[in-house]
Amino acid sequence: MDMAQLSSTLLYIAFVLYLIGTFFFGGAIRDKRKERQEKDRWSQLGISVTIIGFLAQVGYFVTRWIAAGHAPVSNLFEFTTFFGMMLVAAFIIIYFIYRVSVLGLFALPVALLVIAYASMFPREISPLIPALQSDWLHIHVTTAAAGEAILAISFVAGLIYLIRVVDQSKPSKRTFWLEVVMFCLITTLGFVIVSTAFGLSGYEAKFTWVDKNKQTDEVSYDMPALVGPHKGELMKESAGRMEPLVEMPAIINARKLNTVIWSLIAGTALYIMLRIFLRKRVAAALKPLVKNVNLDLTDEISYRAVAIGFPVFTLGALIFAMIWAQIAWTRFWGWDPKEVWALITWLFYAAFLHLRLSKGWHGEKSAWLAVIGFAIIMFNLVAVNLVIAGLHSYAGT
Amino acid sequence: MEHVKCECGHVNPHGTAFCESCGKPLADLGEKLILDMRYEGSARRSQTYKKTMIDQIWAFFSSVKVGVALIVITLIASAIGTIFPQQMYIPPNVDPAEYYKQQYGWAGKLYYELGFNNLYGSWWYILLIALIGVSLVICSLDRVVPLYRALKRQGVKRHPRFLERQRLFGVSHVSDLDKTMAVLKERLAARRYHVREEDGHLLAEKGRFSRWGPYVNHIGLIIFLIGAMLRSVPGMYIDRVMWIPEGETKEIPGTNGRYFLKSEKFIFETYEKGKDNEVFNAAIDRVGNGMIAKNYQTNVVLYKRVGPVIPGAKPKLEKVKEYPIRVNEPLEFDHYALYQVDFRLNEPKAMSFQLADKQSGKTFGTVTVDLYDPKESYNLGHGYRVELLSYFPDFEFDEDGNPSTKSRVPNNPAFVFKMYAPDRPKGETSFVAIQQTIEPFGNNKYKMAFAGLQTRNVSGLTVRRDFTLWILGVGGAIFMIGLIQGMYWNHRRIWVQRVNGELWVAAHTNKNWFGLKNELRRLLDGTGVMMPADQLENDKKAGQGGQVHGHGTA
Repeated sequence: MDMAQLSSTLLYIAFVLYLIGTFFFGGAIRDKRKERQEKDRWSQLGISVTIIGFLAQVGYFVTRWIAAGHAPVSNLFEFTTFFGMMLVAAFIIIYFIYRVSVLGLFALPVALLVIAYASMFPREISPLIPALQSDWLHIHVTTAAAGEAILAISFVAGLIYLIRVVDQSKPSKRTFWLEVVMFCLITTLGFVIVSTAFGLSGYEAKFTWVDKNKQTDEVSYDMPALVGPHKGELMKESAGRMEPLVEMPAIINARKLNTVIWSLIAGTALYIMLRIFLRKRVAAALKPLVKNVNLDLTDEISYRAVAIGFPVFTLGALIFAMIWAQIAWTRFWGWDPKEVWALITWLFYAAFLHLRLSKGWHGEKSAWLAVIGFAIIMFNLVAVNLVIAGLHSYAGT
Repeated sequence: MEHVKCECGHVNPHGTAFCESCGKPLADLGEKLILDMRYEGSARRSQTYKKTMIDQIWAFFSSVKVGVALIVITLIASAIGTIFPQQMYIPPNVDPAEYYKQQYGWAGKLYYELGFNNLYGSWWYILLIALIGVSLVICSLDRVVPLYRALKRQGVKRHPRFLERQRLFGVSHVSDLDKTMAVLKERLAARRYHVREEDGHLLAEKGRFSRWGPYVNHIGLIIFLIGAMLRSVPGMYIDRVMWIPEGETKEIPGTNGRYFLKSEKFIFETYEKGKDNEVFNAAIDRVGNGMIAKNYQTNVVLYKRVGPVIPGAKPKLEKVKEYPIRVNEPLEFDHYALYQVDFRLNEPKAMSFQLADKQSGKTFGTVTVDLYDPKESYNLGHGYRVELLSYFPDFEFDEDGNPSTKSRVPNNPAFVFKMYAPDRPKGETSFVAIQQTIEPFGNNKYKMAFAGLQTRNVSGLTVRRDFTLWILGVGGAIFMIGLIQGMYWNHRRIWVQRVNGELWVAAHTNKNWFGLKNELRRLLDGTGVMMPADQLENDKKAGQGGQVHGHGTA
């Protein structure tokens, strides 16, 4: 087995272990009423499996590094996977500080979703373009990802806080927004499911289309075209594939929009099914899992994660980024969308810390802020990479 | 200025919430169970004086609410700027008004009309950043001075009403007060607390320097912003573009004629299957063989001028060094940096023609015309000679139908040759352009047959000199130090006092209460002293709590 193959296998093993870990942490919650000994055993199993999974993923990272000759953080798949790995690392550290099992029950699924999402993008090892050939690639990207991952733990703790504290007995703004968060997470799962399903079935439909500069081009859909490209026509080899229901103007990337629509459809279907099956809001169904959670401690974890993560993020996503930009792009700052969104993320958490430290925004307010912060990080990861194309090389993948 | 004298004898500035020395509340606290420890209850200018205009401006900018509002507005504005590309990222040779409308429809038109195409350079965005800067300075000054005062003057012995209003507070009855005190003192010191003792009371404190973290990082930010502002001062910042073809030596712009650069060669490489690491094959296949760039490199020689600058005279040059400029590896010298940023491949450099007999095809020698610096006459020997009468580097017919040139760049070179031969002593005229030959004065015997094009690569380099970089570096470093100082350390204080034969323990931290509680537990374990209760939690359990306020301190 060669290095690249070994690397993929290790990632797969890590993924499965995180999944198993999630169930163990679930067991730790379920057995809370039983004797303490029992609960600790579940948690210990959970954290052990998580650590082994993390080591497997480190193995993936190292072997892929050896195979490629550069740190595997050079495309969207690699970066997002690394972000997932850092999320698990951050969880392990926070777990050993606070020993809260329920955190694992929520942090691991988020990491799983992140890694699954990553795997939907081209996974082959790509060579480095000249701008990326620098040691700062490893230094900047890994530190930035680590910072974001620690901040994501703040979201996980905040989410637990909200599920526990939001009154589910009657519908309100709070229940609505909490359901929106749930829906987003489920839609990510929807994206993974439809991508995998159409990927396995080998669906392909090729279109010719006319771009905004009136040039004819080809585009290949890997999902049935609900929205077609501008003046799109199915090519001969794709005869019989589904004709688009609606045609998009040239400035919109119809293929990506099509994927988004499919993900939304799958996510909505999943969500509705869950609601019918559970007969209550998703967050309400999760509530029993967190009913023994110590609110003050959860609040503190959420804040602590920001306190630890913010300096790491600043160092990686702004300072190291500026140093590298000065070397590679001749200027330390150029208002590239990715740079701007790093600044936005930084400003947001700066506001978070000021509100918390000086205005006394604790508890629920702070938890909502942690959720918004994570939404900004995800926007940075998903939308800025895929929609707002800039200098950063992941765009357009 | 009014002063408030506390019963302990300490004189406090007007506006102090509780005595700087003993902590006795000076203002009416009402029903509040826990003391607001933010800024140690010190008298902040913004909270105390609100009469004059300056007071009001001061109070406005010192408000965290205003600071956060400014941050949020900047955040939203910044996000708007990423909806469509900024003007600096659109093609340089198009009309932006047209471009935004054509590419993004009515939304693009609106974006342009609102000036969002240059958002980050707009006066109002810069004003926002400047206001944040002002807020940083005033916020910091308003707090750090009284906070420093209060922390420096804090006494060991505290008023009982101060202790019982701490979040962590407990009363214990121990058999031997002196012994317990001694044990606690020893344990506290072992945990690296700085312990002060006064009349048998203890104040243990650690990590006070973390309280200065926010102010240190604000200073760093201000230095950074000043550095960014200095960029607009003439001479601080040079940003020039330099196009240099292979084989040429040119003055480096922005160096006032002090430095020259010769390009030996421009190298452009791509990843290719078979040549590069096999694991890249799949990626290369997806994009296309030879489509992924591997290297952009200009091999250069840097020269320095020796002697004075004499206009018109050829400069005397001294070689400084040879260097391959690559992306990520700029050539650095004397505060300047030369970056590889662009290139043009295979630009025409010279064209070769053979003087040939049209009928027999026999040739009589080759003429090579430098497209940038053509000679007028070319002697081929044996009585054969060619003269270049006219040269049009970028040929077109003008409005009157006469041949002319659009520019000096040889995009479409055309020549008027006069060919002399032993049998044509008066010469024949021939107009030669790409793919066409015109013989204006009838049929010629000879022709100029195209014999080849010499090309060369041109490197696009950026020349930078930025004297503000070190300021930005210093600002950034101070910011990071302040951030780590404030975030990774906590200011913890533990008061142990004898009050009426009882042992009172109170504790405060500016953050990470979980850590402080753990530390207290270990500290008190086996001493017979009760673990202080968390009055905030008790408060909440009793159902009086509601929104939690005021146990965080900057």
